[in-house]
Amino acid sequence: MNLDAKIPSGPLAQKWDNYKRDAKLVNPANKRKYDIIVVGTGLAGGAAAATLGELGYNVKSFCIQDSPRRAHSVAAQGGINAAKNYQNDGDSVYRLFYDTIKGGDFRAREANVYRLAQVSANIIDQCVAQGVPFAREYSGYLTNRSFGGAQVSRTFYARGQTGQQLLLGAYQSLMRQVSLGTVKVFPRTEMLDLVIVNGHAKGIVTRNLITGAIESHAGDAVVLATGGYGNTWYLSTYGRGSNATAIWRAHKKGACFANPCYAQIHPTCIPVSGDYQSKLTLMSESLRNDGRVWVPKKVGDKRAPGDIPEDERDYYLERKYPSYGNLAPRDISSRAAKQVCDEGRGVGESGLGVYLDFSAAIQRLGEAKIAERYGNLFDMYHEITGESAYKVPMRIYPAIHYTMGGLWVDYNLMSNVPGLFVAGEANFSDHGANRLGASALMQGLADGYFVLPNTISGYLAGQLGKRPKADAAEFKQAEKEVGDRLQKLLTIRGKRTITDFHKQLGKIMWDYCGMARNEAGLKKALELIPKLREEFWKDVNVPGEGGDLNQSLERAGRVADYFELAELIVLDALMRDESCGGHFREEHQEEGECKRNDEQFAYVAAWEHKGVSQPPVLHKEPLKYEEIHLATRSYK
Amino acid sequence: MNVKLRVWRQAGPDTPGKFVEYEATGLNPNMSFLEMLDEVNEDITKRGEEPISFDHDCREGICGMCSCVINGEAHGPEYKVATCQTYMRSFQDGETITVEPFRAKAFPLIKDLIVNRSAFDRVIQAGGFISTSAGSAPDGNAIPVPKQDADAAMDAAACIGCGACVAACKNASAMLFVSAKVSHLNLLPQGKPEKDKRVLAMVQQMDAEGFGACTVTGSCEAVCPKGISLNFIAKMNRDYFGALLRAPSKAKAAHAD
Ligand SMILES: Cc1cc2nc3c(=O)[nH]c(=O)nc-3n(C[C@H](O)[C@H](O)[C@H](O)COP(=O)(O)OP(=O)(O)OC[C@H]3O[C@@H](n4cnc5c(N)ncnc54)[C@H](O)[C@@H]3O)c2cc1C
Ligand code: FES
Repeated sequence: MNLDAKIPSGPLAQKWDNYKRDAKLVNPANKRKYDIIVVGTGLAGGAAAATLGELGYNVKSFCIQDSPRRAHSVAAQGGINAAKNYQNDGDSVYRLFYDTIKGGDFRAREANVYRLAQVSANIIDQCVAQGVPFAREYSGYLTNRSFGGAQVSRTFYARGQTGQQLLLGAYQSLMRQVSLGTVKVFPRTEMLDLVIVNGHAKGIVTRNLITGAIESHAGDAVVLATGGYGNTWYLSTYGRGSNATAIWRAHKKGACFANPCYAQIHPTCIPVSGDYQSKLTLMSESLRNDGRVWVPKKVGDKRAPGDIPEDERDYYLERKYPSYGNLAPRDISSRAAKQVCDEGRGVGESGLGVYLDFSAAIQRLGEAKIAERYGNLFDMYHEITGESAYKVPMRIYPAIHYTMGGLWVDYNLMSNVPGLFVAGEANFSDHGANRLGASALMQGLADGYFVLPNTISGYLAGQLGKRPKADAAEFKQAEKEVGDRLQKLLTIRGKRTITDFHKQLGKIMWDYCGMARNEAGLKKALELIPKLREEFWKDVNVPGEGGDLNQSLERAGRVADYFELAELIVLDALMRDESCGGHFREEHQEEGECKRNDEQFAYVAAWEHKGVSQPPVLHKEPLKYEEIHLATRSYK
Repeated sequence: MNVKLRVWRQAGPDTPGKFVEYEATGLNPNMSFLEMLDEVNEDITKRGEEPISFDHDCREGICGMCSCVINGEAHGPEYKVATCQTYMRSFQDGETITVEPFRAKAFPLIKDLIVNRSAFDRVIQAGGFISTSAGSAPDGNAIPVPKQDADAAMDAAACIGCGACVAACKNASAMLFVSAKVSHLNLLPQGKPEKDKRVLAMVQQMDAEGFGACTVTGSCEAVCPKGISLNFIAKMNRDYFGALLRAPSKAKAAHAD
């Protein structure tokens, strides 16, 4: 298989303009003759569906929640980056591009990232026009904050609810298109398979989550914007409904899965407190603008934080990374937290925690200012832990938060399956081996509002009249496979619960394929996962029936997919015998930092499925850098 | 700690429902209410019965998916939180806790604690947006927005669309939800051109969905997980009557009821 990224010619800064100049278009009168299926209503899918509707296409938009407004993007707190340089602090498209490539430890595709930085400014304009209430100065102009991995202030935000506000903007645009008749929304509907006709993605099979009905939808193209797969690790900052099913089923139908082992572990989450815990809560990175991270210098120091004098505290991020300090990128901050905890200097009952301390900022700015900036986060912390971060430092610990890997796409955001486009967190394209804060929202909206609407026409132009009927044999076959699989899950009636299996899988993943990985551990995981998967298919208990709302059945299907995906993640981690970004192989380090191996691993690893329990085939897309030079990533 | 639950179980919209009792034992007070339900569901599953269906997703109070009436109060006993942000430490050891769905004519029941809130989507479709298409926007700083307006718009926009306001209201009125969206958009300069049309259309759709009238009891504000203020209802009423005065006579007739 030849994975051609289809990068346009010309100098980096002109590629996107060249592309648009040469792109094939669909004539306005013909647009309504195309049906486009968009799965997912988060920032990527919601923005794409609304914009494609605005352009005049017929759009069918799917989500598993009861309303598109509840997609998991709603939970993003901190902000969205854009190269506006409103602060006059030296920002530019190039700087945002370079920060993002460097942040990703030089494992992302140059041309895609440059385009992302270019369209970032349009996103802010679009969102302001939609009525997104971004934070403003008294002058009435937009204000910014800083995020990790950047020395400029380019992050736009709406209190601690940026994701919610951006999503409502996209949702409202989507609802406008529904009222205009261009978009039809299918809430509480789960995509369970991709349908391929004559080698092209031409539809999906879904399950109506209320009635259980299995249905087919045909389209001229299919867009997957179904988010990330972090829930493979069980405990994460994702919503409980976030899942990998759509992309995994598409993978099984031929779409290559790229860099599955690149997962982001966020340094500032509320630590695990008990076995009953169902999710971990993020404390936004924006807090590191004003909070200082520290642990006691002495091992096993159990004094209350207030009783530990300044000179007995180790502000380890400021010490190790003086030029970025508390705003060192996530992978680096997470590993640093793990290191101090491994040394026995962690805080809290479990010893798996570090302090995030606001006392200096409160002294400098006053409690009111801190409350204005982070009030809702402090409230959330208080609800969960019962402690006030105005009085005592927060306790935080890293948790799974984002997946940089995803379905392989070219510059058009099209996968290797013609007609299958992938946007947002579901694709692999822009963040390399580590994503910088406030850039997922940027990427989701860039893909949805500006990239896909421009690139999809090139494919569609040649497809007029080629849409199959939803009762074609390929659809019937896929419906049957989906139905059989659900039935199989329902007939096992074993002894162990779905949660029980999922937790066990999560623990394997966290222990052997989490913040630090090594060959022996990964090999061990590769033994454990298939065994557990077999047990799952023999002994899981999925109560209820398939013909009505059955949340257990929904979960069982997703967990079954995690088992297969988990194996690929571990395999990829084992194959990538270097350290880069969030993928830290203990064998490859220099003073505790990642040691890349550009000679052997400067490529995208795209895996082709060959059947469950069959080894997948690795395809390599070499990463060629025309503009920048590969450098050792340093935040010192 | 241990509690006894009385949970509303109903297999579907057309079958009769009833309260079923469950024991939840050995709970940690730091568990969330939904984590407690998870544990109860694990037990139910192990007994070979069908677990309780309930809506949830983010579990941090922002998606608006969770929706239980706990001991008669939408989202439970604590102030300004959603069901998912309610913790077991808010209850007494040995307490009996009654759990019901959000009930309202415009929110038909689907199963157990799950209701259909798509009426809210249709109200937004009627006008809860600014008619701008991608690509047409001027620079983000082209129109300064006074900070107090931006802040007030954000206060309104914080609504998570959960529907607790409807569930808590004896008239099942959606005025708090609708007024929050109308106010969010009408307060901003970008939303001004469609101000009148928006409020008239959204109120009309709200009525068509079967939500009740507002008699200003304030129960909506009291249960709102985001503390959306009743003042937005007053603001919407002003916008609405202003719009009616300015509206051409045909539109007036349509809104005369
Ligand atoms: C707590 C938290 C805070 C964050 N904060 C920030 C931040 O401050 N800045 C930032 O840039 N990023 C942040 N992120 C990351 C960012 O929010 C996400 O990466 C991004 O929102 C993903 O958007 P998306 O559109 O790709 O997918 P999602 O928003 O996850 O949407 C997925 C959609 O797909 C649908 N779906 C999934 N599977 C199926 C299926 N099988 N069938 C049908 N529909 C399906 C879902 O219903 C949903 O509509 C944060 C993430 C978390 C978890
Ligand atoms: S589950 Fe999202 S608000 Fe409660």
